[in-house]
Amino acid sequence: MRPALNGASLRRRAVTVAVPLLAAALVMTTAACGGSDDPAKPGEKVKLTIATFGEFGYKDLYKEYMAANPNVEIVERITKAEDHHKNLAAHLATNTGAADIEAIEEGWAGQFTANPGKFYNWNDYGAGEIKSQWPAWKWQQGSSAKGEVVGLGTDVGGMAMCYRRDIFEKAGLPTDREAVSKLWPTWEEYIATGVKFKNANIKGSSWMDGPTIIYRSILGQQAVGIYDGDKVVVESNPGVKKAWDLTIDAINKGLSAKIAPWSADWNAGMAKGSFVTLACPSWMMAYIQSQAKDSSGKWDIAAVPGGGGNWGGSFLTLPKQGKNVAEAAKLAKWLVAPEQQAKVFRALGNFPSTVSLYEEAVIKDFKNPFFNNAPVGQIFSNSVKTMVPQYMGPKSGDINTAIQNGLTRVEQGKQKPDEAWTQSLKDVNALL
Amino acid sequence: MKSLLYRLDVKGSPYLYIVPFFFLFAAFGIFPLAYTAWVSMHEWSLLAETHTFIGLQNYKDLFADEYFWNALRNTAQIWVLSTVPQLLMALVLAHVLNQRLRAPTFWRMTAVLPNITSVAAVAIIFGQIFGKDYGLVNWILESLGLGRIDWQAGTASSQIAISVMIIWRWTGYNALIYLAAMQAVSKDLYDAASLDGASSFQQLTRITVPAIRPTIIFTVIISTIGGMQVLAEPLLFGGASVTGGSDRQFQTLSLYLYEVAFSRFDFGYASTAAWAMFGIIVIVAAINYFLTSRLRRS
Repeated sequence: MRPALNGASLRRRAVTVAVPLLAAALVMTTAACGGSDDPAKPGEKVKLTIATFGEFGYKDLYKEYMAANPNVEIVERITKAEDHHKNLAAHLATNTGAADIEAIEEGWAGQFTANPGKFYNWNDYGAGEIKSQWPAWKWQQGSSAKGEVVGLGTDVGGMAMCYRRDIFEKAGLPTDREAVSKLWPTWEEYIATGVKFKNANIKGSSWMDGPTIIYRSILGQQAVGIYDGDKVVVESNPGVKKAWDLTIDAINKGLSAKIAPWSADWNAGMAKGSFVTLACPSWMMAYIQSQAKDSSGKWDIAAVPGGGGNWGGSFLTLPKQGKNVAEAAKLAKWLVAPEQQAKVFRALGNFPSTVSLYEEAVIKDFKNPFFNNAPVGQIFSNSVKTMVPQYMGPKSGDINTAIQNGLTRVEQGKQKPDEAWTQSLKDVNALL
Repeated sequence: MKSLLYRLDVKGSPYLYIVPFFFLFAAFGIFPLAYTAWVSMHEWSLLAETHTFIGLQNYKDLFADEYFWNALRNTAQIWVLSTVPQLLMALVLAHVLNQRLRAPTFWRMTAVLPNITSVAAVAIIFGQIFGKDYGLVNWILESLGLGRIDWQAGTASSQIAISVMIIWRWTGYNALIYLAAMQAVSKDLYDAASLDGASSFQQLTRITVPAIRPTIIFTVIISTIGGMQVLAEPLLFGGASVTGGSDRQFQTLSLYLYEVAFSRFDFGYASTAAWAMFGIIVIVAAINYFLTSRLRRS
């Protein structure tokens, strides 16, 4: 609580150290001018920095690339996702400090694609020739409204529905994933099945975790989401209201375990079966596996209601600050090429964004033993191929938070649905 | 000539010695402060190329912003909820540590252990302890037949949970400050009091507290400044949600500033909030100053 005091004493200590350091730094920066910042001359070694977050699975690829291109030295920077994007924003704003290649995640992408002037346009670096590699929506998510290509796609989330086989069985529901998928072609039927589950009265288990994940999944399937073009249309868009109403319906029918995603209870609930269904992008598989280590075979994966969808996935960008753009572009294009995406998928399970891979054995025959040998390769590639592209504008993240807070207020019994919607709309308008 | 140099040395060098500090203070203290004021008068999105000057509009918006006042109220409530029990407990703890104990260094070190633990770790552990379904506190409440509490959902419950984290981290720290002050109190006073039959508690309230009053005032001031800046506890308690709960029930001022600056990238408005916070701290410090000087005189 008392950073003020700590800060003051730290600052005081910093002063004694800083004077000689500062003097040294001044000398060094002058000396460095005209050195490493210049584009490399032919024959010289090029140093490329690449900044990613979480687990991109690129370590071995860097080694492979450096072995094949002895003139290149790759320096990697890995930060937590939150910090990575905040740092990148700060580096772009101050025009210094960004890496040659910076990764961005879907949830933050809109904020960066809205400022294409800060990045090199991939179209000038031969992205047009490999455009067919990606589904149209992935390409568009990495592009600005005017069509400058800011980021090239790495992985995608896809969307499926994870469910607890063991508890489904107790409740007298089918357990086979084909039969389970047939239970819920639509979200309405998903909720109706939830009511059946609730009536079976399994102690300690609810149908779903809370409002956030279901709301995001339904919203992601609408052709128009938060934005229509560059206009925010939350208030007038029936798609947003549909996601809201369905979520409220599920809450009112008592299907929610009232657990906030990414909380301690959520993590524990995955192992203990506090909730028996959870909409699952591909990265959620790794999350469930790490949180519910002893539940192997209890979770299984079926198709998501409403058909298709995507949540998450990343892009590689070239900030304008980078000096070795040609070499950086070459490396980034190599990293997002189908062969490399397949290698990453095999090592870590990050689902490729390359459509052509989906027909190949590496994806098509891939089963996840933890999830009762579910053919996750097929399930996720189906959802990616059938998904409806949706434009995510720069403020989608904050707007969704405002709406999700409204849903949570209803769930916590603080407000009636109408009041919560009105307040959420007010919050959304305050963001614009 | 020599005497001139000597005089210059005596009169001039002290200034020369402190110049580096002011140089750095200007660079890292004054300049950011002034620059923040400049930014606060602009519509300044972090990533945008152009920044429009809008004068005091941000300040007008801020004072009409109910979420700003909500955050200020929450900050004040959490400050009271955490500081009052924390300082009282620290006083008692220091009193106990001031007795003749075996291995006094061990006990004193134990007292500051919570303080050197990383705040993120504390917040994560306490987030689990105050979990709704599998939290320790709810488990105890339930076994006593009292029922579960959704700690995050309620205004009072969430602020109590956050205050407990703060209390846990800072009680031992304040206890050591008190202990240092207590050791300067003459032992004769206690011996005399013991002879007169005063209990340990009476010794604490009648001798110790009056004797270490300046130190108590110091800790109140320090915890006021610290209390204005509570950020990590509510941020991590809410599962990294910048709004501090669905209804902003535990969003503090710092967290609000963080939301505006690093979630919305609205640096103009965030700078305005920062300056408002600065103003509030100055006001609180002034009140503190007047109270203290009055106390000293009495």
